[in-house]
Amino acid sequence: MPAKRLRGLLLLPLLLLGGCNLVLLAPSGDMARQQSDIMIITTIIIALIIVPVLVAIAIIAWRYRASNKHARYDPHWDHSPQLELVVWAVPLVIIIAVGAVSWIGTHQTDPYRAIDRIAPGQPVAADVKPLEVNVVSLQWKWLFFYPQYGIATVNELAAPVDRPIRFQLTSDTMMDSFFIPALVGQVYAMPGMQTILHGVINKPGEYKGFSANYSGLGFTDMRFTFHGLDTQDFDAWVAKVRAAGGDLDTATYDQLRKPTRDAPVHYYARFEPDLYTRILNLCVDPGQICLSEMMAAGTHGGGAMRDMHGHDAMSMPMDAPTPTAPAAATH
Amino acid sequence: MLEAMPHRAAIWNFLFGRLTIDSLPFLDNNAEGRILLVTLVVVVVIGVAILAAVTKYRKWGYLWRDWFTTVDHKKLGIMYMILGTVMLLRGFSDAIMMRAQQAVAFGPEMGYLPPQHYDQIFTAHGSIMIFFVAMAYIVGLMNYVMPLQIGSRDVAFPFLNNMSFWFTFWGAILFMVSLFVGDFSTAGWLGYPPVSELQQGPGVDYYIWGLQLSGVGTLLSGVNFVVTIVKMRAPGMTMMKMPVFTWTSLCTSGLIIATFPVLTATLLLLSLDRYLGMHFFTSDFGGNVMMYINLIWVWGHPEVYILVLPIFGVYSEIVPTFSGKPLFGYSSMVYATCAIMILSYLVWLHHFFTMGSGADVNSFFSLTTMMISIPTGVKIFNWLFTMYRGRVRYTVPMLWTLGALFTFTIGGMTGVMLSVTPADFLLHNSLFLIAHFHNVIIGGVVFGVFAAVNYWFPKAFGFKLDEFWGKATFWFWLVGFWVAFTPLYILGLMGVTRRLSHFEDPSLQPYFIVAAFGSFLIALGILSFIIQIYVSILRRRQYAVGGDPWDGRTLEWSTTSPPPEYNFAFIPIVHERDAWTDMKAHGYERPQAGFNAIHMPKNTATGVVIGALSFACCFGLVWYIWWLAALSLVGIIAVAIAHTFNYHQDHHIPADEVHRSEQAGNWQTDAEGASA
Repeated sequence: MPAKRLRGLLLLPLLLLGGCNLVLLAPSGDMARQQSDIMIITTIIIALIIVPVLVAIAIIAWRYRASNKHARYDPHWDHSPQLELVVWAVPLVIIIAVGAVSWIGTHQTDPYRAIDRIAPGQPVAADVKPLEVNVVSLQWKWLFFYPQYGIATVNELAAPVDRPIRFQLTSDTMMDSFFIPALVGQVYAMPGMQTILHGVINKPGEYKGFSANYSGLGFTDMRFTFHGLDTQDFDAWVAKVRAAGGDLDTATYDQLRKPTRDAPVHYYARFEPDLYTRILNLCVDPGQICLSEMMAAGTHGGGAMRDMHGHDAMSMPMDAPTPTAPAAATH
Repeated sequence: MLEAMPHRAAIWNFLFGRLTIDSLPFLDNNAEGRILLVTLVVVVVIGVAILAAVTKYRKWGYLWRDWFTTVDHKKLGIMYMILGTVMLLRGFSDAIMMRAQQAVAFGPEMGYLPPQHYDQIFTAHGSIMIFFVAMAYIVGLMNYVMPLQIGSRDVAFPFLNNMSFWFTFWGAILFMVSLFVGDFSTAGWLGYPPVSELQQGPGVDYYIWGLQLSGVGTLLSGVNFVVTIVKMRAPGMTMMKMPVFTWTSLCTSGLIIATFPVLTATLLLLSLDRYLGMHFFTSDFGGNVMMYINLIWVWGHPEVYILVLPIFGVYSEIVPTFSGKPLFGYSSMVYATCAIMILSYLVWLHHFFTMGSGADVNSFFSLTTMMISIPTGVKIFNWLFTMYRGRVRYTVPMLWTLGALFTFTIGGMTGVMLSVTPADFLLHNSLFLIAHFHNVIIGGVVFGVFAAVNYWFPKAFGFKLDEFWGKATFWFWLVGFWVAFTPLYILGLMGVTRRLSHFEDPSLQPYFIVAAFGSFLIALGILSFIIQIYVSILRRRQYAVGGDPWDGRTLEWSTTSPPPEYNFAFIPIVHERDAWTDMKAHGYERPQAGFNAIHMPKNTATGVVIGALSFACCFGLVWYIWWLAALSLVGIIAVAIAHTFNYHQDHHIPADEVHRSEQAGNWQTDAEGASA
């Protein structure tokens, strides 16, 4: 693996900085690792031109100082077709190389693309189903649904080692960015929309997760712990969540979504099956029209809205204050 | 949707809108309130002292006639530079407060700034530094230098130029007022929804109207400069004989014309959401947050090049002058500038690769972003080859240029790293990103502004700036920059992201302490700059210079320092690229007699009045004081119409006055022998 050796080269000078934990250069998940490798490879390619230029600046600036009368002075020399060709061609070649790496890497590490390997040379086994996690960013905490296990958690995430994870992300109100640097690069979580992210964790351990996108007053504390666990430990963790009990129904969710700072970890043994879908479609509370229904109605012409159960277009509460805008939101 | 009005008699709500005694944060009995109270007292004391001094020395008439109402591009340029410097002090105070907060807020220690205050500070820092520091400096430089370089007597629309300045000025005042009356936006420098949609109070409205004012000012400047460059060049100066700074001014002005309307429209849509309950950028009723983010970056990315292109022009003037050689690869430089101008429109999505667009879209924007580094690289090579086989004089402007070459090149490298989409998924929103854009904006733009100030100051005032304090400024800034931002690069690679006001992990603290120390060094750099100006004014006779103190190459050096009101008694005729070098080589002799009367525009108070009225209008809109907003809007229209009936917009400077001023002007080129 050449990237590994290159990584060593790059880490060497940085180690002198006091052994800080440069998680982006040494992540524990295969996806983050691929992204990190691409970052390192492209940096080295760019350095091929940047380092000589920096050296040249120093040499030329020193050699042609006014006090050095030995250096050649050519007061009218202002162009050279050969040199100009080089001047345009060298950056072009470098950018073609970096661009090729970026193009291929962008497609390979596309967060929407299902993972086909859990580590270099280790394809995902045919019978392994990815762990599904539905993520909701709230003000200012994270809610995780595990549809395959029927449990939900706040501000704590766990996944078995070497099993692909498929995140579906949305947000209740604000725009956040879901980021576990050791696992995989970040993706935005936005209200009324769903984004998708794939990742896999290769080493057991506790990792930091947080929102990387500013979302108001309590954003600083929007942290959670991501546990990479062995299969047995993961099962034990699921059992622990189930045992802790608690139902996540609409009423509980309405409490939960209220803005709070530094929210503690919380477990739910059950949740209303369609709760995530209703959060995504901005229709948690009874009486709200789901975005999906509205869009479906839209495709049949505006008139179809009138046929929607319990609503007609004229009495839609267009001007009612949205419940997603509490007065205390950003104060 | 308008917010509820305070509960009080309707007459008060009519008179003062939502402005109440509680809107004055400096009356709050907490740490925040006390910081603001002290700041207010300092500002009031300094303000009163200045006003008293102006009154005592009877300078009001002078200020009004010679400065406020002026249409002279040189004086307006200087006023922009002063505005930029004052706002730099404000923006930098915000920076050092952030650095101090992040250096102490670890674990149980929450720091001295609650999030509500901290968020306002980083928002104010970003928007002030871009709109009122960098933009003021750039527009000021173009204003001062460009007409002189093309051998023109003023810009195409001198009155418009004056009005542009006052729009920008009052926009800055609106930002400053928000410090003491009400609060400021907490939505970040680009005002992303949903935060900007949901924040209650006047903060976001201050942000919107402050930017609308300065945005209109900048747009008008852009129009003005394009027409000036296209229509008012000296005879013989074809496009490919224009100085490179003028070329970059042209490209930047083109960018301004094409992008600032987008900013205006985007902010207008946001204010429709906030004032009239529309749903352009809400998450429901068909609105979409992503639309705002796309629109704001369609303006925002070209804005970066609006800032940096003229600075590339500055380096392209300074390097040849101090290397004693023409610029290497002039045509390459021009084509590279135009290429950057066009490519800068095609890269905006790289600011949000992580928003969920597909791999094909991301790859496209990744490639266009990288492509910009090709013409940029060409420029760096060309400056290098200009120094090659030259005789490089290490004056203060040249030091800044070399410092910028080093710093900016490294900033360019981290920029290419960020343009690689997979890397960006890791680095986005991190302190690595913060370090990167400060690396290019400080290392590129700010260093370039200091280079330009040191280079053209003798032209503007007739004396050089002090060398020692100039070098002190440079070294404090250069070292301070690297001390402040290297830790941020490292923290970014450690997975630390931006805009956090508190940290849990104590192992990060040493890096933030080093960064805070770096910002302290930069503070010394700013202090040295102020001392440099002060010392140079004291020694202005000793430092006096003539028209051409640096052995310059372009037309601005062919007139006196400072230039007369009319710039050139006779419009020069251009034969070659470095027109002044060419004139000197052919034994140019200054005409001593035979002057004609010169037709010049007349000063006008209209710009001052319209600017002040527009401030009143925006202040009314911020606080829902509708009568004030309506009245001042009517006032603006009335004054504008009245101005069209002003038939005395020009005058002639009589020939004998030109003769007198040509004899009296300071032409000595020898710095030692010159007298002020």
